[in-house]
Amino acid sequence: MRLGAELLRHWYDVNAAWCGPVYLSSPCDDSLAGIFQAAGIQDIREYYYWDDKQRDICLDKLLEDLETAPEQSVVVLAASAHCPTGADLSQNQWAVITQLILRRRLFPFLMLPAQALCYGDLERDAWPVQLCASNGIELLCAQSFSHCFGLYGEAVGHLLCVLKHNSLLLSVQSQADKIVKSLWSQPSVGGARVVATVLSNPAHLVEWQGEVKHIVERCMLIREVLRERLRLLGTPGCWDHLTQQRGLYCCMGLNGQQVEFLSKWRHVYLLPSGCLNVSAINGRNLSYVAESIHLALTTSL
Amino acid sequence: MSIFCKVPQAAPVAVFKLTQDFTKDQFPTKVNLGVGAYRTDEGQTWVLPVVKRAEKIIVSDDRLNHEYLPILGLPEFRSSVSRIALGDDSPAIQENRVGAVQCLGGTGALRIGAEFLRCFYNGNNNTKTPIYVSAPTWENHGAVFTSAGFQDIRPYKYWDAQTRGLDFVGFLSDLESCPERSIFVLHACAHNPTGTDPTQDQWKQIAQVMMRRKLFVFFDFAYQGFASGNLENDAWALRYFVSRGFELFCAQSFSKNFGLYNERVGNLTIVSRDTDNLKRVLSQMEMIVRTTWSNPPSQGARVVALTLTSPELFSEWKDNVKTMADRILLMRSQLKAKLQALGTPGTWDHITEQIGMFSFTGLNPKQVEYLVKEKHIYLMSSGRINMCGLTTKNIDYVAESIHEAVTVVQ
Repeated sequence: MRLGAELLRHWYDVNAAWCGPVYLSSPCDDSLAGIFQAAGIQDIREYYYWDDKQRDICLDKLLEDLETAPEQSVVVLAASAHCPTGADLSQNQWAVITQLILRRRLFPFLMLPAQALCYGDLERDAWPVQLCASNGIELLCAQSFSHCFGLYGEAVGHLLCVLKHNSLLLSVQSQADKIVKSLWSQPSVGGARVVATVLSNPAHLVEWQGEVKHIVERCMLIREVLRERLRLLGTPGCWDHLTQQRGLYCCMGLNGQQVEFLSKWRHVYLLPSGCLNVSAINGRNLSYVAESIHLALTTSL
Repeated sequence: MSIFCKVPQAAPVAVFKLTQDFTKDQFPTKVNLGVGAYRTDEGQTWVLPVVKRAEKIIVSDDRLNHEYLPILGLPEFRSSVSRIALGDDSPAIQENRVGAVQCLGGTGALRIGAEFLRCFYNGNNNTKTPIYVSAPTWENHGAVFTSAGFQDIRPYKYWDAQTRGLDFVGFLSDLESCPERSIFVLHACAHNPTGTDPTQDQWKQIAQVMMRRKLFVFFDFAYQGFASGNLENDAWALRYFVSRGFELFCAQSFSKNFGLYNERVGNLTIVSRDTDNLKRVLSQMEMIVRTTWSNPPSQGARVVALTLTSPELFSEWKDNVKTMADRILLMRSQLKAKLQALGTPGTWDHITEQIGMFSFTGLNPKQVEYLVKEKHIYLMSSGRINMCGLTTKNIDYVAESIHEAVTVVQ
């Protein structure tokens, strides 16, 4: 993300001396704004994304916000596995958004933080990237292999850049090299070797996809079981989104007070936005967690 | 229209271009004296035996996983590498006023330190504080500080081409005349690219002036053990400054002395006046790291930490480092001896007086061009050679070629 932000700050439309704005989803990973600011871009704005009441993305409000974004704004969008809500745009919604991007001349900075972890399908999770590219849209895409390879501690990331013309490739690459040189000189090899070895070997690739499917299936199972448990408890609200959405993260739609209640009185810790990591729920704590959520929503606070 | 259509092609990094040209060259006895890494006498890369051993231990340790490291890095790494720099008996460590940030190589450590200084040193966000780097210095120093936002990068006198030594008088005069609170990037040992270090007495004088004029000390420490073959000797300058009560930063790299170039193993050691100040500094370092790389990679740090904290591995590592340092010392003395035997005009004492991986030969750009084009010996246009590129098999050819270049080209 940092490399992409620096590349944009230095080179997005040399003539226009571009310095923003950058649009981030509401909510988003709390380190994103800081990353753009560290790269020297101060104009950070939000676009509507997660709606607590609908417990889903509100496309209308999202489109409204992007419609009013100045031309040449950069829009950070999650291709899949949105953090922290777990709510992803559907293929239809992506089709509408790409038309808006083209019409309003916006620049998409896509995030692919956990490819294959949503549907167990590499292609499906990356579909928005392919859609933009096939529409002739220039884009940056920040990929992470932390989750889908479990290589969190090896800092394995990749910045993909799709350009309009092949003739620009060398110059953009050379400028990216220059930026990297003054950040960390060269990247570390350990995790990259593992990923490259797996992806370039058919047998390893199949094995890896199988292992990722295990993660996906476990997450789906937890979502189903949690939803069922809340239904049995009679917990107020609609919990369909738990199983309609995919991946590691899920937004419970709890407000700040309810989140505080959970941590203070039940020792159950969620992100301040009310989002949680589904894989942290297991056979031993499921009952307790479900009860706690129930209490948070039914106790008058 | 691409939004990138006006992006100019950036110039290639000189040292990598040099290696590229070398690789393409078909000449049978070509020599690469621009290489930035250690080579054995067979001209091969060298994975340190202790590193291989440590890697095997790590990969078979089922207790280890790939969870995110803390933002500031692997704790065992941070404490053991600060310790190796400052000494086991360091009072600063005992007084709990030494902190560390695991970084992506020496470059990463320089960058994090530079970002912090830009944010918090000499006022807030003061991008005008002058940054002094030696003339010459590692070609990336300026770029790192500029990218961190500093606007005023200046040279301090260092290399004297006439004497082929340190311009100590010039250095001191720059220290005296610079604005107070300027930041100085000092090479702790094995100066890159000249290989010329101040003597202990000179360091003492430098420290005196810097203390009096309130200048900020930022050590670049990429060659501990690699320079003299002795860890303590190579750390003398750093430890001296700490003993004089300086608050300072030290960017350490384990690329060379562990041969872990591509694992990006570095550390920013921070020496502060007291624990309280240190705590606040580290908290801000965390914020800076978070927006740069979030968490550092664990592989290389684990190798270093394991090696430094296991007596047997530590001992083996010191031997491995001494092997590298000794080979370089041998090449230095052999090159000088051969040039003297050939009667090559000029003095060549500097080759053995200089220390570390690099030597500033004193060859001018025309002579360098001659060596590259006519003799297929690749070196930087500054006349810098990497001693590691010399082997017992090519040293005669190199000595003869230098002789030719100096006598044929003026």
